[in-house]
Amino acid sequence: MTTRLMIFGVLGLVLAALFLLPYGVSYFYIFVATEILIMGLFAASFNLVFGYTGMLSFGHAAFFGMGSYTTAMLLLHLQVPLVWTLLAAMFTSMLLAAVIGFFCVRLNEVYFAMLTLAFGMMVFAVAHQWRSVTNGSDGITGFPLTEFGLGLDLQLANPLVYYYVVLVVVVLAAALLYLVTRSPFGLILKAISENPERVSFCGLNERRFRLIAFIVAGLFAGLAGGLFAPFNRVASPDMIHWSHSAEAVLMTILGGSAYFLGPFFGAMVFVLLETWITSYTDHWMLFLGIILALMVMFFRRGILGTVLDRVLRR
Amino acid sequence: MQSFIAALLNSLDIALLLFVIAVGLNIIFGVLNVINFAHGALYMLGAYFAYTAMGLLGLSFWVALVVAPLLVAVVAIAIERLMLRMVYDRHITDSLLLTFALLLIIDESVRMIWGPSIQVVDPPALLTGTFSVFGVNYPVYGLFVIAVGIAMMLGLWLLFTRTRLGRIVRAAALDREMAQTLGINVPMVITGVFAFGAWIAAVGGVVAAPMRAIGPAMGEKIIIESFIVVVIGGLGSFPGTLLGALVLGFIHGFGGRFLPEINLVLPYIGMALVLLIKPQGLMGKGASA
Repeated sequence: MTTRLMIFGVLGLVLAALFLLPYGVSYFYIFVATEILIMGLFAASFNLVFGYTGMLSFGHAAFFGMGSYTTAMLLLHLQVPLVWTLLAAMFTSMLLAAVIGFFCVRLNEVYFAMLTLAFGMMVFAVAHQWRSVTNGSDGITGFPLTEFGLGLDLQLANPLVYYYVVLVVVVLAAALLYLVTRSPFGLILKAISENPERVSFCGLNERRFRLIAFIVAGLFAGLAGGLFAPFNRVASPDMIHWSHSAEAVLMTILGGSAYFLGPFFGAMVFVLLETWITSYTDHWMLFLGIILALMVMFFRRGILGTVLDRVLRR
Repeated sequence: MQSFIAALLNSLDIALLLFVIAVGLNIIFGVLNVINFAHGALYMLGAYFAYTAMGLLGLSFWVALVVAPLLVAVVAIAIERLMLRMVYDRHITDSLLLTFALLLIIDESVRMIWGPSIQVVDPPALLTGTFSVFGVNYPVYGLFVIAVGIAMMLGLWLLFTRTRLGRIVRAAALDREMAQTLGINVPMVITGVFAFGAWIAAVGGVVAAPMRAIGPAMGEKIIIESFIVVVIGGLGSFPGTLLGALVLGFIHGFGGRFLPEINLVLPYIGMALVLLIKPQGLMGKGASA
């Protein structure tokens, strides 16, 4: 009971800190914080597939990219309020995840990893080559940031306002995602990651549950992508590239896949490290590789996971 | 007819190069139960080592073809001893993640050492020029790639079916503990197989170097292609690797010539079709979960 109180207390403090953050830091770090929130949601959605269901996907960025492109195109061509583009982004990513997932969940973890990588690169190839629609490697730029919708008078072009929009959307989405992991459905996913055969023996269609997990994860990744395009002011094929999927993997491993907030924490460490290291050297990926290798070899539970394990078990 | 023959030859040299890369991946998987994400990076390393051996040290292509893969094998021994060894007993995703980290490290190191630009390696004088079949002019080098692929295929087949060493490796792949009890030094076999797989990849890299430009992205491209080969053919299957490589080679060779608008997407469509019919790959056995 006391640990639960403690967790609520810490969470409350974190949320308060996030809310008050713009009053304490420079403009630059508001951008950084916005990116952390968006990437945290992306990584957390990936973790529904990886940490909870035990499937290592290397194509998760496809859904992030789908969300980005959907938002960017709707803003460019139709100038709809952001709320509707975000909903559309979730919908299109969900459809894409349903199609890719249909193929991928048939196979076990090694095949699954290879397949998601290949399908992710297929989406990348399409975005790259279908110039008339996606504008090729330049991506979609120059879309206006009009209004948020729902009758709210928000100046989205103001980074401070956009930070708060992202904060609210990400917190709501994370809460929803958390409820999913805590639902009976989430428990079945956990059981699948522990022992898929046993789940099948219990009479549950294990493959269907994995597909639904894949689709739900795709939907939230799409939302993250939908938030990212207006932030970045561009939707480009880079967002779909497998190295972007790898970022989600790295954030999750870095934070720890066993805890729901692990990926968010990992996103924070990742983005901050990236920001600081890239100001010294271009070879950020080298550091990334070394960090990942060390994490996998010695700290498999991630930073947050290792710390929480210590604290909670005393 | 002429473009058909050109496409056919083109398909074959792509297919046999893909076979060489994918077979190394498959051998490592068979014995170590590790999908080596860094396999493409080792292939790239082979090409870059050859580039340096030829450019900086002025060695001939043939010497580079021997030296570069051996150096890559040495790198692979270090990787296996220092890193991979730690994760064999764990879930297979850990080795995937570790080799993935390795891929990042090698890729970025290559970018640091050789720079991000594209380099060119000239083929040896013996293999320059073209020859003509049925009125089609085709580079001699393409023929060399096909020959290397076939030689590798025969060599591996003989090694694994006809030699004592091959039997030892297969025993270690089948049941490590039993092999250990029989007096086989399993850790050494595992190191050897990883180094051998890396050597094969590096041979592929050196052979590919004069045909394709060398760049930091070459490893990434080939690893995705190899995965597609393995998915089409079936993981752990030697004939499946060949079949998968041929299928993908033909998709590239003919797709690139006759359907240029969608040639980038064709391999994935082919892969999806195979998966619909046989999820475990055309020649895979019991690969599905």
